[in-house]
Amino acid sequence: MLRAGLLSGLVLAAAPAHGFIAYVSNEKSNTVSVIDTDGWTVTKTIKVGQRPRGIEFTRDGKFVMVAVGDDDSIQLIDARTQAVVDTLPSGPDPELFTQDAAGKTLYVANENDNTVTVIDLEKRARLGDIQVGVEPEGMTVSPDGKTLINTSETTNMAHFIDTASRQIVANVLVDARPRFACYKHDASELWVSSEIGGTVSIVDPGKHEVIGKVTFEIPGLRKEAIQPVGIGMTKDDKTAFVALGPANRVAVVDTATHKVTKYLLVGQRVWHMAFTPDEKYLLTTNGVSNDVSVIDVAAQKVIKTIQVGELPWGITMAPGIAP
Amino acid sequence: MSSITTREAPRGFSLQEYMTCLTGIVWREGLRFLHQRERFVSALVRPLVWLFIFAAGFRQVLGISIIPPYETYILYEVFIAPGLMAMIQLFNGMQSSLSMVYDREMGNMRTLLVSPLPRGFLLFCKLLAGTAVSLLQVYAFLIIAWFWDITPPPIGYLTVLPALILSGLMLGSLGMLISSGIKQLENFAGVMNFVIFPMFFASSALYPLWRVREGSPYLYYICQANPFTHAVELIRFALYGQINWISLAVVGACTIVFMTAAIFAYDPSRGLARRGPAGGEG
Repeated sequence: MLRAGLLSGLVLAAAPAHGFIAYVSNEKSNTVSVIDTDGWTVTKTIKVGQRPRGIEFTRDGKFVMVAVGDDDSIQLIDARTQAVVDTLPSGPDPELFTQDAAGKTLYVANENDNTVTVIDLEKRARLGDIQVGVEPEGMTVSPDGKTLINTSETTNMAHFIDTASRQIVANVLVDARPRFACYKHDASELWVSSEIGGTVSIVDPGKHEVIGKVTFEIPGLRKEAIQPVGIGMTKDDKTAFVALGPANRVAVVDTATHKVTKYLLVGQRVWHMAFTPDEKYLLTTNGVSNDVSVIDVAAQKVIKTIQVGELPWGITMAPGIAP
Repeated sequence: MSSITTREAPRGFSLQEYMTCLTGIVWREGLRFLHQRERFVSALVRPLVWLFIFAAGFRQVLGISIIPPYETYILYEVFIAPGLMAMIQLFNGMQSSLSMVYDREMGNMRTLLVSPLPRGFLLFCKLLAGTAVSLLQVYAFLIIAWFWDITPPPIGYLTVLPALILSGLMLGSLGMLISSGIKQLENFAGVMNFVIFPMFFASSALYPLWRVREGSPYLYYICQANPFTHAVELIRFALYGQINWISLAVVGACTIVFMTAAIFAYDPSRGLARRGPAGGEG
């Protein structure tokens, strides 16, 4: 027993190599930090355009797209050379974006002109714009690729957009300042976080109505300090992680009961998050403390916090193991 | 009394005899502890009150910073756990010193000291026995703390053991040194006021030293000079599988100094006897 415990302890101490690469956009320092998960160190800092926020890998894993809001465009970082190689067009002040399952079409929320820009990723050309609510932000595509979700921060709505016709087919009113939207992998539920409302609305994507809400309560913290933003859903759809902004906590939510089971302490103003491809770890960006916290998903424990640039905002993981 | 003062320096005992003596003393101390259930409960309640009540109230006070050996942000409860472990040992050390005074008053000490084995060894056995008792208390505390989400890495429960033994010996020998100067049980309250409280509060047990420094640089220097701070830090690092070398050196050196001084103080030809017998011992 003791030997087994000792052995498992030693195994824990010598963490196995996993070698994934994470890219973190630093909104204030106008850089992207590259983190090697094998050792949890920042291996490179890439200079990008003004105010980088939304960040995501292309499906083929060759490029990292980063929305540089104050330059009104999306920059492409070559994952091999780790340098900015091209620019995609967008509307003014792009913030968050999402792509379809095939990785052919990119949908960009332009915060300042109430539109979603549609971009052909192969041709790197703008296909058109979709008019949405005021201050569009949260973006996600349904697992079947037929519906695009956009949340507008000021209109307090989740817009359901038909990707074929590019028309809004339904609007669902949620709590104040919806920031982020995330489907369950089985498409049975859409989760929308409301920063000011302090809740996550569970939407039935078929009926287009709110069927439940996740609420948060942390002893000793004011209600206003709890501002849900990023959401991470495990592949089995059983557990969701919700970043709670200035509450400096990530809530672990049981998706069956929609109840919080645990709060994990991370850095200040936790914003967005990304799983490693093997889903062993979840990385969160902590804007005010300028770092990234690493959560052991199975143990539901924060194991490490890594300093990055100023005001880290978004994060994306390379789909495969580092070369 | 004469048996104590006129006894010749013993020589040539076998290892087995030493071991018999050691197990005898440790066993007696262990039995005594187990039979005093109130003592066990109170030894646990004290740190748990700090953990459940004090720490809950202070949750937001510390703010957020990452200090070694921690690799991420921690809750205040997690921070004070090593301090409370050391507190258990500090109280236990003082409790042992109290029992030395009691033994002396009741005459039990005579039974112990008439043993032909070297006095230094006898006192060391007594220290080891006290430390063993403190280990029981600390591990019981760690088990309860685990349910309170204070979950150091599994290996930490093992690596903390040598640190606990060393800090237990240091605090025990400090207690023994103090007990040599206390003639009556009633004076023990003084020990609380002049030793336990200043040592505990002027240390890194409750607040990180950088925070103390912000408040008062002088207090910071006092905390740094406090051996209890180093016992806390030694335990804190060991609990996470790391060694704080400075704390190790300080605790090691203090243990040697306190133990030597305690053995010296209990030497009949110098310490105890010169001051004259006290209570039931006389």
